[in-house]
Amino acid sequence: MGLLIFLVLAIAASIPLAWGARAAMTRVLPHEMARTARDMPLTAAFGLTVIVVYVLVAIFAPLLAPFPERAVVGSQFQPWDGTHWLGTDRLGRDMLSRLIYGARNTVGIAFATTALAFLVGTALGILAALRGGWLDQVLSRFVDALMAIPSLIFALLLLTIFGTSVLTLILVIAAVDATRVYRIARSVAEGIVVMDYIEAARLRGEGTAYLVRREILPNALAPLVAEFGLRFCFVFLTISSLSFLGLGIQPPLADWGSMVRDNATLITFGDMTPLLPAGAIALLTVAVNFVVDWQLYRASGLKEARI
Amino acid sequence: MRYTKPQSGLTRRRLLQGATAATAAGLILPASYRAARAEPQQGGTFRIGLGHGNSTDSYDPGLIDNLYAQVFAAARHNQLIEVDSDGQLIGEIAESWESDDGQTWVFHIRQGVTFHSGKDVTVEDVIASLNHHRGDDATSAIKQFFDPVTEIRADGNSVVITLDAPNGDFAYLMSDYHLAIMPGTDGRIDPSSSDGCGPYVVENFEPGVEATLNRFPDYWKSHRGHFDRVEILAILDSAARLNALMTGQVDLIDQIDPATIDMLEARGVANILSIPGNAHYCFPMDSRASPFSDNNVRLALKYAIDRQQMVDTILGGHGAVSNDNPIGPANRYFYADMEEKTFDPDRARFHLREAGMDSLTVDLHVADAAFSGAVDAGSLFSETAAQAGITLNLIREPNDGYWDNVWMQKPFVASYWGGRAVEDHMFTTGYAAGASWNDSFWEHERFNELLVQARSEVNEDLRREMYQEMQRLVSFEGSVVIPMYNNYVMATATNVATPERVSANWNLDGFRCVERWWFT
Amino acid sequence: MHAVLVMIAQRLALGGLTLFVVSVVIFGATELLPGDLASTLLGQAATPETVAALRRQLGLEDPAPVRYWNWLTGVLQGDFGTSLATRRPIADMLSARLGNTIFLALYAAAIAVPLSLCLGILAALWRNSIFDRVANAGALSAISFPEFFIAYILIFLLAQSGAFPSMVRLSPAMSFGDKLYVTFLPALTLTLVVTAHMMRMTRAAIINLMASPYIEMARLKGLSPLRIVLRHALPNALAPIINVIAINLAYLITGVVVVEVVFVYPGLGQLMVDSVSKRDIAVVQAIALIFASAYVLLNLTADVLSTLTNPRLMRRK
Repeated sequence: MGLLIFLVLAIAASIPLAWGARAAMTRVLPHEMARTARDMPLTAAFGLTVIVVYVLVAIFAPLLAPFPERAVVGSQFQPWDGTHWLGTDRLGRDMLSRLIYGARNTVGIAFATTALAFLVGTALGILAALRGGWLDQVLSRFVDALMAIPSLIFALLLLTIFGTSVLTLILVIAAVDATRVYRIARSVAEGIVVMDYIEAARLRGEGTAYLVRREILPNALAPLVAEFGLRFCFVFLTISSLSFLGLGIQPPLADWGSMVRDNATLITFGDMTPLLPAGAIALLTVAVNFVVDWQLYRASGLKEARI
Repeated sequence: MRYTKPQSGLTRRRLLQGATAATAAGLILPASYRAARAEPQQGGTFRIGLGHGNSTDSYDPGLIDNLYAQVFAAARHNQLIEVDSDGQLIGEIAESWESDDGQTWVFHIRQGVTFHSGKDVTVEDVIASLNHHRGDDATSAIKQFFDPVTEIRADGNSVVITLDAPNGDFAYLMSDYHLAIMPGTDGRIDPSSSDGCGPYVVENFEPGVEATLNRFPDYWKSHRGHFDRVEILAILDSAARLNALMTGQVDLIDQIDPATIDMLEARGVANILSIPGNAHYCFPMDSRASPFSDNNVRLALKYAIDRQQMVDTILGGHGAVSNDNPIGPANRYFYADMEEKTFDPDRARFHLREAGMDSLTVDLHVADAAFSGAVDAGSLFSETAAQAGITLNLIREPNDGYWDNVWMQKPFVASYWGGRAVEDHMFTTGYAAGASWNDSFWEHERFNELLVQARSEVNEDLRREMYQEMQRLVSFEGSVVIPMYNNYVMATATNVATPERVSANWNLDGFRCVERWWFT
Repeated sequence: MHAVLVMIAQRLALGGLTLFVVSVVIFGATELLPGDLASTLLGQAATPETVAALRRQLGLEDPAPVRYWNWLTGVLQGDFGTSLATRRPIADMLSARLGNTIFLALYAAAIAVPLSLCLGILAALWRNSIFDRVANAGALSAISFPEFFIAYILIFLLAQSGAFPSMVRLSPAMSFGDKLYVTFLPALTLTLVVTAHMMRMTRAAIINLMASPYIEMARLKGLSPLRIVLRHALPNALAPIINVIAINLAYLITGVVVVEVVFVYPGLGQLMVDSVSKRDIAVVQAIALIFASAYVLLNLTADVLSTLTNPRLMRRK
């Protein structure tokens, strides 16, 4: 019940927040962008606000956090009080500080992973669609096979082989995600390469790089952005599930996915601690996807007016 | 997804008849237990939820390697010798045993015991069961126990075992949990059979899921095996185990997350059993490798750890501080008055300077496979070490393959010991030069001399002195940081009763909860 | 119809190729893992001689390509071999668990698919309304919680009161109704996990069509919005919806190891993770093939169905 009241209050509070943010953007931004801002729905304004806050928190984590990321500053599981606003974790580290540093690590890792996955997946996908032939066949069949292996178990295998440093974590999750991105990029690009304007560009003698950059990418952006939104958020979940299966991020790094896992047992006794990092993930997921939805809507309605 | 490091835990009758043995196994039970304790009653279905069990578990007694397999084996099998709740050896399938010279051992086989299949237990069955672990083709985890055995033969109703050299402790090797007595045909047992002479008959076994067993009506021990039925479930997730106990789906669980013990107790739906023993968590350093080859570096690390904080946080208070001593308070010659090492950053810095260093950076490799909470323990260690100018880089290794690729491979790791009831056994297995589990690769001349001398020393006081000196050597010159002794912690439904004393020799009453406990 | 049959034949052949590649990748990866079955079965107590003896008994001495070849020829003759660890025939070991896995997947799908279709259609119908926003945000929050955490919350809310069991224990004697009852919480957990994806796709696919001229036409004719969505938009939006349902069904079969662990549900995922950690390669391979086949077949079914719902796709290329 308490949870429900909290949710209702949170939603009620976020509406004026989003409204205010939109009004602020309309004022501050230069003319053209201000018009975009004025037209954006409240959900998108809310999403943007949350994302901006997260990014600021991530950048200024050392200034905002009351305690260092890894320091043991109290005893185990202290309740919420004036010193430790959100209490302490199982080792006696300040929960709020861990959450704030967690923003930096989690968002950083998720962004690096997703960006890498999109770079590789999109490049190969578009290349396969553009070139066709044996390159397309080999790549597609290989990706098919990789996608037929459950991703979590595949990641588990790879991480056991290559170790669990942050770098390998990023590389492995990016590799698994890239197969999904490849498929989408290829199918979208496949629809585009048969268009007349591509044919025309080819006849003009444009090179592959030009075709990809100027003709295909701009037209394939919308579905890719939508996918980016979801993939980005799934990285946290993958890290969390991996730490459930015994492989996770390197301590003492704070990371929301692992923080959910570390404190999860407490929910059995009705203790809300694990809801904090889980809520942080959920809020970001919702925010990112609100913005993505808005962008998709704009892309479908106003094809020419792309920024 | 737990990965166990199999160990053998054996007690030694001759040495354990002293007064300390009783206190060692002693345990203060909650009031509800005492009130409930009366004569054991028969009946009920005892459901056990364990954080172990793997879909690759089999019936083969030589391959038992986790708590699930151990309890399952104790439910269906008997061994030659049992370790009772006081840590004493008592006869099981061997009614009695003797040896004049420690080289030839005679085990008199109990008559009138039958297997679940109805066949009588004979001397031939016993020999076949022992030979399963012996010989070139043997694939048993305890094959090396039988390396000194030159002959096993029948003599009437006795089994005669001859060794290549005297060993006064051979009898207690026979209590090892791998040594199940099974029916033999042509001198061999069938390792894929569930048949045994233990208290319960296997009805169904789905590896990694559950085993169901029913009481064996012809069990020879009339005072044991009180449940009508036993169900052993593999519940790998700790929250799932807690929930199963709290919602009454199981009656006993092991491996409770220390952070939740108090909350579970407050619910009042379960009794917590916390049994102190000699088991300990540790961080061995490779004493051959730089910088750990310098004892000052090792001492610096030993003073840079906050032991009490470890006990409070990692064990939730269910354990005791250890002074880098693998000999525990339950041991007879435990050196209780040894100079304590408290967390002392200045002292740590002093030892660093002695080693000619201003600061120190080392990698510590951990995984929760080493012990539950090892990664957290590493984080705490790294924090306190930082205050002493030591940078401890924590490297989290995959659980999978930890014992193969990290333990005894990397220079500084997390590990655990089940503890040994006998000082000699602990030192010989883990600290003697060249021992196969000497995981710190430590070689100390004086220590190794003392180890041999103490074995044959008859003067009690001298012997005590020797063992205490050895503990001091391990503590102050050894190459293992041992911050804490961990209790065996389990929780039961409130209607489960245990005997007055619960064994500290292995978990779950020496795996024997199935035949020693009952419902009120 | 002929074109569809040709397509099925082609896709099945490609599926066979996919399975082959999967088996090579999985075999290679398992080989790269440190240690082998003999050393993991014996644990640390093993002496080199014992490991060698066990390796000999298990036939692990041959070089990897030879073992792969032996396995492959066996499989091509329909023999998946025996588990090296438990020495039980793999077919026996897997059949019960495969049944459990499929039961849970279908159970979750039976709740999730109608639910997400309804929610998606309603969200499209009342797009940009409060209902749309709340359903969207709720679904997104549900997928942004880790699976095990959703499971814990459901257990806390629904099992601790005694309404549903927190742990699944199946027995052959159980009636179908009992089975539905004891597996309700895992099915509900999975429902929450997959609903968002399908719902969002349904909504997007329908909205995508709402701007097309023929919908405009229908609107001008004065048809009710519900009728327009159900009779005019939905049939044409089926192809992407079917595809996303197929992907989620495949996930329900192959990706649920975490839910299996929390609810102690004896499915294939847990067995695969266990077998990987014990290097029981024959079992790992068999399960990987089952998972890959499920994936291939579901995708094929989705493609055939969406081709049938949209004849225009048949003529493409």
